[in-house]
Amino acid sequence: MSLRKLTLFELKDKFTKGEVSAAEIVKAYFQRITVVESKVKAYITPAKKDALLKEADDLDYKLRGWRKIAPLMAMPIAVKDNICTEGVKTTCGSRMLENFVPSYDATVVSRLREQGYFLIGKTNLDEFAMGSSTENSAFGPTRNPWNLACIPGGSSGGSAAAVAADLCAAALGSDTGGSIRQPAACCGVVGLKPTYGRVSRYGLVAFASSLDQIGPITKDVRDAALMLQLIAGHDPLDSTSADVPVPDYQKALKFTMRGMKVGVPLEFFAEGLDPEVELAVRTAIIKMQELKAEIREISLPMTTYAVATYYLIATAEASSNLARYDGVKYGYRAAKEKGLLETYMKTRQEGFGPEVKRRIMLGTYALSAGYYDAYYGKAQSVRTLIKRDFDEAFKDVDMIVTPTMPTPAFKLGEKVQDPLQMYLSDIYTISVNLAGVPAIVLPCGFSSGKLPIGLQIIGRPFEEEKIIRAAYAYEQATDWHKKRPTL
Amino acid sequence: MAYEVVIGLEVHAQLLTASKMFCGCGTAFGAAPNTQTCPVCLGMPGVLPVINRKAVEFAVRTGLALHCTIAPMNRFARKHYFYPDLPKNYQVSQYELPICEHGWLEIGQNGTSKRVRIRRAHLEEDAGKNLHAGIAGASHVDLNRAGTPLLEIVTEPDMGSPDEAVAYLKTLRDILVSQKVCDGNMEEGSFRCEPNLSLRPAGSKELGTKVELKNINSFKFVKAAMEYEIKRQTKVLDEGGKVVQETRLWDTEKGETAVMRSKEEAHDYRYFPDPDLVPLRITEEMIAEARKSLQELPEAKHKRFVSEFGLTEQTAAVLTANPVVADYFVASVTAVCTSGASKTDVSRDIANWITVDLPGLAKDFWTHIPAGEIGELSALKRKGEISGPIVKAVLEERLKTGKSVAEIIKAKGLVQVSDEGALEKIIDEVMAKNPQQVAQYKSGKEAVFGFFVGQVMKASGGKANPAKVNELLKRKLTQ
Repeated sequence: MSLRKLTLFELKDKFTKGEVSAAEIVKAYFQRITVVESKVKAYITPAKKDALLKEADDLDYKLRGWRKIAPLMAMPIAVKDNICTEGVKTTCGSRMLENFVPSYDATVVSRLREQGYFLIGKTNLDEFAMGSSTENSAFGPTRNPWNLACIPGGSSGGSAAAVAADLCAAALGSDTGGSIRQPAACCGVVGLKPTYGRVSRYGLVAFASSLDQIGPITKDVRDAALMLQLIAGHDPLDSTSADVPVPDYQKALKFTMRGMKVGVPLEFFAEGLDPEVELAVRTAIIKMQELKAEIREISLPMTTYAVATYYLIATAEASSNLARYDGVKYGYRAAKEKGLLETYMKTRQEGFGPEVKRRIMLGTYALSAGYYDAYYGKAQSVRTLIKRDFDEAFKDVDMIVTPTMPTPAFKLGEKVQDPLQMYLSDIYTISVNLAGVPAIVLPCGFSSGKLPIGLQIIGRPFEEEKIIRAAYAYEQATDWHKKRPTL
Repeated sequence: MAYEVVIGLEVHAQLLTASKMFCGCGTAFGAAPNTQTCPVCLGMPGVLPVINRKAVEFAVRTGLALHCTIAPMNRFARKHYFYPDLPKNYQVSQYELPICEHGWLEIGQNGTSKRVRIRRAHLEEDAGKNLHAGIAGASHVDLNRAGTPLLEIVTEPDMGSPDEAVAYLKTLRDILVSQKVCDGNMEEGSFRCEPNLSLRPAGSKELGTKVELKNINSFKFVKAAMEYEIKRQTKVLDEGGKVVQETRLWDTEKGETAVMRSKEEAHDYRYFPDPDLVPLRITEEMIAEARKSLQELPEAKHKRFVSEFGLTEQTAAVLTANPVVADYFVASVTAVCTSGASKTDVSRDIANWITVDLPGLAKDFWTHIPAGEIGELSALKRKGEISGPIVKAVLEERLKTGKSVAEIIKAKGLVQVSDEGALEKIIDEVMAKNPQQVAQYKSGKEAVFGFFVGQVMKASGGKANPAKVNELLKRKLTQ
């Protein structure tokens, strides 16, 4: 079997046993990049081949006869381009930061670095993570490895496509309203959004601070558990990161769902859900029952308001977070400006794309004097109610199973002109961010158009362990994760 | 028509923390531009703030000193406006839930005292500075100050004259300095004040339209700016006009205020709770800790210095004006008292050295001479081993060479001369050189006695024991 097809865990195992060298791994991945990257366009900044090969050779030399190996040594991992990497461009898919090179690593990146990972590339995304198709990138869209005419989902479309197309062993994404899970579903891979506070946000370029969370996108559930293990935990640099112990997630990998109560919310199977998607998800639920899970119908009545609430809170925070991009200190600055005000206006006019500008304007409005209470204030109240919905549901069940996206991946360009339709592709993922709870997405079938369909399992705060266990049991009982696109 | 003036004050006090409000950068004044910065205070993408515990402690301590209620739960909020010296284009401040509320302080004036209510005091980060001098056609930004912790202290409109406002500012500054939370330096901008002022017909209960004044950097100008503003508003009202709600800038050169922005042009700051910072809880334990760290208030300390050390009102005032100096004084006195002296015996000498001699020799003398050595000097003087006039020379030498007091006295042979033989020799010489004065004294003009004492002290290099000189001189002159 060729190296690139192995899961992270398998590759790590081979490397640890000395069956494969770091140089061989790097060569295999660069060969893959040479062949398919031009079709998929998962990367904004791929690693420099010569430099990484040298790093691999040095490592192989160092390890001769002495194989004390850190978990991610020589593992080619991709990082979404809104996560800061010291000395490597971090563009956020925006003209504004086209040439921005951070002088610091995000906490997750320094943790991966400590474990010896190889940064194989910075992946494409919707500008500042705002979008559901990766079409909002200033550097052109990424394509779905299953069908190059389709979107890979977004905003972590580059990371999901890179994992699906074997352009990396695993990847990091970020999820504000579904940006890890929806592309994972579109590309037939595993995506995990941890509990808010589980993973440090330090060095993640903020879109909406109270919703953003970094998580892994991987080839299977075991890999997701491994990646989460390495990035989770309290960080003194992030006041919102939680000081909650991180359990050993590998121990959660069991083949049964015995004793687990699974809730199926009515509201997630209502109007607008593609019948093929519904069928795949319902079939998965039956499979869980076979795995001894107890299935219960539940209700999350506030779901109706999730999209509206999200687009007030997320845009309000975004309008504030993106104020710093003004052409004064770093990043893009409009040429031939006349004075300060014009520099500000022209820089932001030319540096930001249309979706980012739309959200800055929406958010600025929502926070304005006289409108704050009606919009931002109200949205915060509804957010509390949405969270309460989940709290109530979790009194009866251990986890909640839902579709990830109403339809399989759509065609490139199909929804670009209709932002509202685009926003609705996150309808099943958004409430999870508003409630701050964890969720994992994994493949559960294919559409007649041969596009993957994703199953979402939502858990209680800081109970990633349970949803990983359920996802693993389901995955091992099915073959979906073994299917790979042909490119 | 007769008007009465109503004044409220906003003070921004820079807190004396070693590091900034939300990052680990230093806060020293005067460093080369942008050398005290990091990704956090530069507002780089992806970085996050972490609250400085010390700043919170200082705010709580100040709140207690100002009789405020300390909020058990408070939040930071973002205040948005675009300006190059504000790296994130929002300032992290507190809005709905400030850390301190509903306090007061007492101001004394012409023998009466008055209570000024403190509406609130909240924590926030400072902005940087735009630099326009130097390069033609360009402006630079120095972000060393960006992120420095500030406590903004806001009063109710309780002051009825510029003098009262100045008295408030001085009292507040003394309190902040005594609590060791702020250095109170107006020129360096660590104590900035922004008065707001309105007029109303004398006796009226309603408040008039207020004007805010900015850009004032000394007590002198604060008074001048308010006085100018009273005249200006009086004229507007007398001419039948209306005062416009606006912010005005004080121009030191012209001695006038001019419009900076009107109410219509006021920013919409779009405050909202900062999602990067979790709510800040102030526990009972933290308040109890702060209460323990509370320093004596200036007025109480002044009274204590008079009664405990037997100092004059004036000397006590000079000593207590700077808490570092006051501590230094106490430490010096304590050092000599451990060798058995009583406080009142030695305090006057030590106070004199600290308030008169030392400041003339070095501005920050307390960093050069340990208080213990001052105590040592005082002990030597008490024992009669050195004379008063020598002390200043010793101190001067101490600062110049860094050698210890004991070493200097030994090396320079400054030990007091009490030996009668040696003194008599000097006296004889002095008398021989000044026969005219000797004759004067003998003819009954006793005023020249002082002249002889001076001459003898001078001839001995200040080392002669003054008591002995007196005794011997009297004997010799009447022989």
